[in-house]
Amino acid sequence: MIRSWLARRLLLGVAQSAAVLVLIFVLTEALPGDAAVALAGDSPDPERIALIRQAMQLDRPPAERFLGWLGELLHGDLGRSLVTGRTVSGYLADGLGVTLLLAALTLSLLVPLSLWLGMLAARREGSGLDRLISSTTLAVYAAPEFALGVLLSTVLALRLGWLPPTAVGGVAVDPAVLVLPVLVLLARPVCSISRLVRAGMLEALARPYVAQARRYGVPEWRVRWLHALPNALAPAAQQLARTCDWLLCGVVVVEALFVLPGLGSVLLDAVAARDVPVVQGLAVVFALLTVLLNLGADLVARRFSPRTELTR
Amino acid sequence: MKRRTVLIAAAALGVTGCATTAETPSADRATPKSGGRLRAIFAGGGTNETLDPHLSNLFVDAARAKALYDKLADSGSDLAAVPRLATGWEPNATLDVWTVRLRPASFHDGRPVTAEDVLYSYRRITDPKRAFRAKASLEPIDLAASRAVDPGTVEFKLKRPYAEFPNVLAAFGAYIVPKDTETFTAPVGSGPFRFVSFKPGSSLLVKRNPDYWEGAPHLDELEILIANEESARVSALLGGQADYAHELNPATARANEGRGKVEVIRLRNSAMQGFVMKTDKAPFDDKRVRQAFFLIADRKELIDGALSGAGEVGNDLFGKGAQYYPSELPQRAQDLAKARALLKEAGQEGLKVTLDTSPVAAGFVEAAGIFKEQAAKAGVTVEVRVGNKDTYWKDILDGGVFASYRSGALPIESHLSQRLLSNSTTNATHWKHPDFDELYLQAQSTRDPAARSALFQRMQRRLYDEGGFLIWGFADWIVATAPTVRGVAKDAPANTLDWARFDRTWLA
Repeated sequence: MIRSWLARRLLLGVAQSAAVLVLIFVLTEALPGDAAVALAGDSPDPERIALIRQAMQLDRPPAERFLGWLGELLHGDLGRSLVTGRTVSGYLADGLGVTLLLAALTLSLLVPLSLWLGMLAARREGSGLDRLISSTTLAVYAAPEFALGVLLSTVLALRLGWLPPTAVGGVAVDPAVLVLPVLVLLARPVCSISRLVRAGMLEALARPYVAQARRYGVPEWRVRWLHALPNALAPAAQQLARTCDWLLCGVVVVEALFVLPGLGSVLLDAVAARDVPVVQGLAVVFALLTVLLNLGADLVARRFSPRTELTR
Repeated sequence: MKRRTVLIAAAALGVTGCATTAETPSADRATPKSGGRLRAIFAGGGTNETLDPHLSNLFVDAARAKALYDKLADSGSDLAAVPRLATGWEPNATLDVWTVRLRPASFHDGRPVTAEDVLYSYRRITDPKRAFRAKASLEPIDLAASRAVDPGTVEFKLKRPYAEFPNVLAAFGAYIVPKDTETFTAPVGSGPFRFVSFKPGSSLLVKRNPDYWEGAPHLDELEILIANEESARVSALLGGQADYAHELNPATARANEGRGKVEVIRLRNSAMQGFVMKTDKAPFDDKRVRQAFFLIADRKELIDGALSGAGEVGNDLFGKGAQYYPSELPQRAQDLAKARALLKEAGQEGLKVTLDTSPVAAGFVEAAGIFKEQAAKAGVTVEVRVGNKDTYWKDILDGGVFASYRSGALPIESHLSQRLLSNSTTNATHWKHPDFDELYLQAQSTRDPAARSALFQRMQRRLYDEGGFLIWGFADWIVATAPTVRGVAKDAPANTLDWARFDRTWLA
């Protein structure tokens, strides 16, 4: 049964990705101007624009360009940038390293931290500690990333001098440049996930099967970790998948603020330059990642809490 | 998003500065010291950057190209051409053949810079199948008929007399590359620094060229770093991750000026700020309406509001501080009564116009809002329309009737030829007058500098009286350095010879 479910989900994922690609292409075509106009910038000599357009083959009809690109994609070729002629896969490789590093660091801290906070709050429901955790997470969640980023960088880096203010110069030179960006990236998901864990735990602990387990004399830690927690994890796992999307598909604000040239910056530049092949290449990667991560999350949810699937 | 970030950063930095003691960095009089790596941080072009100097488009491209390559000439601080790889130039009697002599100089691989390299570079830029930016500037040269007289002498044959031809040699992007160069992954130039490594969108590292013709740079190494967000450039400078930050916001500059942590340098007259009126479209096809608009602008208010005070008032003419600028013309000031009278005379009472603007440059949207208020006082309704910033320049070239405009420093002659002749490629005011074109050609066939200057002044007086450029100000270009950085020119408008010139800077 799980196999046919998986197959259905995968098929759906492929359809979703294809739909995303068409949509992205249509949307980029609908943007005013094209790569030639964007490249000409403040010297929009019409003759020059026409030449650039011709050199980029932008004079071909959109459908033809899209089909051509799709044909290359099916051969595993993401195409080349209109602006520089470098391969799109090269662009992705450049940005992906930084983005993956940030995502991996953030996740490795995010999961234990939010579990711990959520469990802690749930265990002392209604206590001062619980209220403190709840109000702090709510407040931090409400702060926009750029405000938080500027605030942290001003206080921790410029005022106290504990950390480098930006990642200028590269991660390899000084790994400490990653601390501030990771802090900013952690801030919001820790809040949302720990709150979900807390809520899920409380709900699970109130269920009859937990009371039953306690009556049988199952030790309290086993009740919490092995009986209640798995039920609390399903919504948290789905939220975590969404967070992964968010981390991988480019956290544009954090990248710009701390000068980390990841996928978000690549996307931003490509859209501004109307560099359609690069935008499309990123769309492929983002669409596939999103589909796979959500699939993974649903699998985890089914595994830990099959009942939630039934009630849907 | 960008603007909000900047404002918050400025506010936050204002708070941090309080703890430091005021200490003015000492003057640049001391003897230059050798050694060290200077890290300069610029806004960049993201992952799309290349080191092909003929593709230069942004300030950072120009700074990088300047470190690695040379041009035959460059613009001095008054925008007049200064010889660089050329030691001098000599026209014939009719000003349509120019003989340019090269100085002894060599590329980083040891090959000498010859006339052949110059011709190759110029032919590459003007290749009809390609779209390099400097192509329009080099258009007057008949490259097929030009030749290398000997390795150290080039003879340029021009399509028409051109007294200001040296401006062409100084054109943005007209760099000299070795003959037959087509790849720029490990660029070889004749500039003051040699290539070490490059990562598009993040960093270029170069090292001292000990054999540079003008003498080796003081610095051992120069690293050009990229941060598009202004707050990041400032943070990097304040946090010691960079020594030189390009393009700062006036508010940030004020917050940090005189606190001893950084030195703020204002490059005057760097960016002309104004509005363009389409002189062939109603209502601006009536010169009385254009004159009324000249009189509506309160220039001081625009500078204080849109540029946070970092600039000087304009007089509806391009090129303040440049060679041939008619500085004796009276400064235009707001005169609402006269503006109303002119509009009434033109039958345009209760006039409504749409002003196109876009967040494509700092202060554009703000200036549009301020002008709208000023116009209302003269009975003119201005409707501000905010357009797409990626396509703005193309959109306003032929579209709309009234739009925000700005330009970096250029020789006045280039401004006239690129924007104000009937066949100009970017004539945003649609100023097309055969007699004006005639004056331009006459100036270019005039050998005597004084007579030529008089002709340029005549053209500019005409523009001052009834042109389509409402130039209300000249913005400062703001850079900041760590207190240890010395030898940064303070009077060089952006894109001129001494701007971003790191071979003359040193670390104290």
